[in-house]
Amino acid sequence: MALRSVVSRKTLAPALRHYRSLTTFTLPDLPYDYGALEPAISGEIMRLHHQKHHQTYVTNYNKALEQLDAAVSKGDVRGVVQLQSALKFNGGGHVNHSIFWQNLKPVSEGGGEPPHGALGWAIDKDFGSLEALVKKINSEGAALQGSGWVWLALDNEQKILKVETTPNQDPLVTKGTSLVPLLGIDVWEHAYYLQYKNVRPDYLTNIWKVINWKYASEVYEKESA
Amino acid sequence: MVLQLVMAPNWCGCGVASANSTKISTNAFKMSSNRFSFSKPYPRRAYRVTAYYGLTTPPYELDALEPYMSKRTVEIHWGKHHNEHVEKLNKHLKTSAFYGHTLEEMVKATYNNGSPLVEFNDASLVWSHDFFWESMQPNGGSLPRGGVLDQIEKDFGTFTNFKDEFTFAALSLFGPGWVWLYLKKNGRKLAVAPTQNAISPLVWGDIPIIGLDMWEHAYYLDYKDDRSAYVNNFLDHLVSWHSVMVRMMRAEAFVNLGEPKIPVA
Repeated sequence: MALRSVVSRKTLAPALRHYRSLTTFTLPDLPYDYGALEPAISGEIMRLHHQKHHQTYVTNYNKALEQLDAAVSKGDVRGVVQLQSALKFNGGGHVNHSIFWQNLKPVSEGGGEPPHGALGWAIDKDFGSLEALVKKINSEGAALQGSGWVWLALDNEQKILKVETTPNQDPLVTKGTSLVPLLGIDVWEHAYYLQYKNVRPDYLTNIWKVINWKYASEVYEKESA
Repeated sequence: MVLQLVMAPNWCGCGVASANSTKISTNAFKMSSNRFSFSKPYPRRAYRVTAYYGLTTPPYELDALEPYMSKRTVEIHWGKHHNEHVEKLNKHLKTSAFYGHTLEEMVKATYNNGSPLVEFNDASLVWSHDFFWESMQPNGGSLPRGGVLDQIEKDFGTFTNFKDEFTFAALSLFGPGWVWLYLKKNGRKLAVAPTQNAISPLVWGDIPIIGLDMWEHAYYLDYKDDRSAYVNNFLDHLVSWHSVMVRMMRAEAFVNLGEPKIPVA
């Protein structure tokens, strides 16, 4: 489920003209209805989160890519560097939210069911128990100042699970190139405010009822194979 | 952050050293007594005065900013978020080396030139939220007058330019932050700047004149994701030009903005 941005250059024969084709991105569909995660997350929040916030990240990422393309072809180094924060913010927002929608599942389709198999054992090994892991993620998510994400990550080099946080829309990879996101929980206020107001801890407690451990297990097994 | 003095002597018994029943209230000077036991027949009391910050009430009723900022938003923003920062700040101050600083001093000192100390977030947000409530008034917005308008036109060209710059800065933020109209000491002119998270112009030594909270909790209940409607309504209907005038007047004690126009008879 990794998303890669591809800027491909196709050179036409004797290098007289270069055609550059730019891959742009679209908003992925949610694999469930907006209201399917209630009462853990309200349908209104899901709709706004997906149709407005995530869509804005996609739109602005595409815009930034076009500007980057123009700056690269002009050799405008300053322009390229100036675009980096917009690319990180909007690209990160797209990456993070795409993972997030996969991390959630309606209860009727298995949301909230605890992990079994390899991931379950790894959690017990690295955190003691699932309860301990949930407690750690909740406390780090609640303590995060400002906006950001809290992650359950697999460190592919050290072969252990870790809990990490990233600020704003920084993707997990900014915390370590060997980190693979298994679960990410959005703790930006737009992710919970309409329903939980300022009580972020309640949101964190309730979201576990719709967490899709199956997806996390699949990623874990694939990456640790 | 007004420190309110409340006399509350707290003592018990006679000649018995008792444990300090320190009940810290967030709105008071607290007088606590240390009792010593000695052979004298009458008790002597020693008072240690400790002071903490309080949650300052906005200078208007909580529903006075309707319909541009709902009562619900103000209740939660002030009563929960702002209040939480006050309580956390007071918790830090129990053990902090910065106890006794004024809030503005504390913000600058704990920012620590970019490596903020643990007190910075709460100290800065307490200050900024007080400033924010006072930057608004019921029936605010529309045009400033007199010296304020003159200064804005001098430094931005036109009032519309100022509004455009302010709005652009607000919408340019990636993540939570604030947008400020502030007075640059160096250059002696007004300027607009966005800041991230808890940062304010205090940290770089300039004088804030207007502060607008761009964290999602400030507008989400009323405007959802429509940030530009929030900023436009703030500028058109909420911003308190009266506060701006008072702040500019105070700033002139620190920054020379030019010769006063004294009418010649």
